[in-house]
Amino acid sequence: MAKILFRGGRVVDPASGLDGPADVLVADTLVEEVGPELSPSGAEVVDCDGLVVAPGLVDLHTHLREPGREDAETIETGSRAAALGGYTAVVAMPNTDPVADQLAVVLEVAARGEKAGMVEVIPASAITKGLEGESLVEMGELAAAGVRLFTDDHRSVQSARTMRLALEYAKAFDVVICQHAQDDTLAEEAQMHEGHYSALLGLRGFPREGEEVTVARDILLARLTGGRLHVTHTSSAGSVELIRRARAEGVRVTADATPHHLALTDEALVTYDTRFKVNPPIRSEEDRDGLRQGLADGTIDAVATDHAPHAVEDKEVEFDHARPGTTGLETALAVVVTELVEPGLLDLPSAIRAMSTEPARMLGLHEQGGPLEPGQAANLVVFDPAEAWTVGERPFATKGRNSAFLGHSLRGRVRHTLLRGAFTVREGEAAG
Amino acid sequence: MIRDLLSITQLSAEDVTRILDTADSFREVGTRVIKKVPALRGRTVVNLFYENSTRTRISFELAAKRLSADVINFSTSGSSVSKGESLKDTALTLQAMGADAIVIRHSSSGAPYTLSRWVDARVLNAGDGTHEHPTQALLDLYTIREHFPSFEGLKVAIVGDVRHSRVARSGVLALTKMGADVTLVGPPTLIPPEAPSWGAEVSYELDPVLPKLDVCYMLRVQRERQRQQFFPTVREYSQRYGLSAERVAALPDVALIMHPGPMNRGVEIASDVADLPRSLIVDQVTNGIAVRMALLYLIIGVEGEQKEAS
Repeated sequence: MAKILFRGGRVVDPASGLDGPADVLVADTLVEEVGPELSPSGAEVVDCDGLVVAPGLVDLHTHLREPGREDAETIETGSRAAALGGYTAVVAMPNTDPVADQLAVVLEVAARGEKAGMVEVIPASAITKGLEGESLVEMGELAAAGVRLFTDDHRSVQSARTMRLALEYAKAFDVVICQHAQDDTLAEEAQMHEGHYSALLGLRGFPREGEEVTVARDILLARLTGGRLHVTHTSSAGSVELIRRARAEGVRVTADATPHHLALTDEALVTYDTRFKVNPPIRSEEDRDGLRQGLADGTIDAVATDHAPHAVEDKEVEFDHARPGTTGLETALAVVVTELVEPGLLDLPSAIRAMSTEPARMLGLHEQGGPLEPGQAANLVVFDPAEAWTVGERPFATKGRNSAFLGHSLRGRVRHTLLRGAFTVREGEAAG
Repeated sequence: MIRDLLSITQLSAEDVTRILDTADSFREVGTRVIKKVPALRGRTVVNLFYENSTRTRISFELAAKRLSADVINFSTSGSSVSKGESLKDTALTLQAMGADAIVIRHSSSGAPYTLSRWVDARVLNAGDGTHEHPTQALLDLYTIREHFPSFEGLKVAIVGDVRHSRVARSGVLALTKMGADVTLVGPPTLIPPEAPSWGAEVSYELDPVLPKLDVCYMLRVQRERQRQQFFPTVREYSQRYGLSAERVAALPDVALIMHPGPMNRGVEIASDVADLPRSLIVDQVTNGIAVRMALLYLIIGVEGEQKEAS
């Protein structure tokens, strides 16, 4: 039985409450022991002095583009990017071609993920067939096959009735209905956040209220139905406040925010650089600060990447023709460390909680997100929180070149990633 | 001078004055029998027009030709995405052909910025989407300067669809930069709430603004905006914001009337008002050539070459 001893690191494991120096002994696919000064007897020793050892990261929102746009990303390249970013599980968004709205597609995506072997690929399903916003998918069959999250993603569910029925029906399977909150009539032809910069740049804006009206409606529907609502890539401070109040009232609503919404503001768009065109749009400083506050106080449960790779020719075009989205898997941890942990807005355990523990718990993934205890699956990330690097200096593993953080100097570098006891990343290099 | 002319925000007040002064020296060329100087001989100017705009293209073409540049007109209707070559490939092609300046008109806001990242040629924005039209603003300033000694404290109203108007955006930025007091007039649906941050006042009523004005600048209103419900009917728009003869009577005697063209006679401006002596619409066209000559000269003119051709 292969044994690996991660020695001398700072173990940060919110699920068990552990934060301190400890060794982690992995045997085969499982954690065998966590504690001080473990005996290396027969184990490969990995020196973790100065490094953080944590449960592998879990991404609630990844676009792997396969099937359909394999020129933009494949399950293999996206999985590799995820592993290099410290992830051991990603939720694959269903807006593929064909749409993941039926068992065959979902099973195929999971199987290809398993074959790539770099990260656990958990397919999400559409809420409605073909993302058309009308008829519900066969949620029971899909849930039985392991789907934990249903979303029409960029096609926000417009009909209150459809949303109500989805939230209601999903209760039978305890799965999450995840919404990209957007009132389409307020987002027509929108290119960016509506505000000072959209007015100056002459770009059609999407007001924050266009997100908030849908968040407010969905919260009311979650209250009505008792269903589990998840608001993904929350972009407005007002949405955070709505979610905060709803949770205080006991409504079952969770939320995530992306590294780019937590780090950037709409001022970045002044040169019409399409790398900053994302949906929902990067908003004002006030919104960014509201998201940060929400993450710090736990209103925002998770940091999710919305990793959205695009072919170069879909981004190197006029701004209003460019597809929205930024890559994120390979930069998320470093952005959170640099922008939130280092300035003291978030402590490291809270960061790990938002990037691993909470998303795993939300999806009911017992093998992910810790606790790092004997008998648990050995899904780990080991990273140097202080190592500085510049985004783009090394080639990306993702096919996408559209990183909003290109050229940014960040701290926090993944050293090793372990999926069920096997290195997917070792010394910063992807295995295989 | 600046490398490219993408936005009025790139220019200082000194830059603007220098452009207008340079235009002064070129204005006279247009009055000669032989309307040509050799300032840009051997230089290549490409007019890259993705939107139909006969007047702007002809103005740039004449400006370049009067400076003896070689001019290529490259017009394509429809977006680069819907048909044919991408903007990037067109840019690389023009680059390979040795263009010195590319004048671009495009329906996408920011397209000149995107283009400038791909070419060494200097880029001049001839109107991009609902963003800016900087050469229009400069020719408007030039035209105003022919009638007033200074921009400082000048009272200017810009009336109409400010939200979707590149002329308004460049105009406000240029006028406030030069010290004018600008009031934006139109229905609230067509004035961005952020407009005060451009240094302009906002009024939803035209009548109270008129008696103090030095310049009343009318914007073209597209009927498309009515179909998009930004205002209920063209009739109501015209009643509330159209420059009628009665409204002209409320203007001070010295006040000028301007319009970037093409006009919708009977909508934003009454036909007889457009033809008044104080309407400078034709002067704007004439001055446009001189101002564009000045810009081309300042941006791609060879250092040290004499600008006086006579």
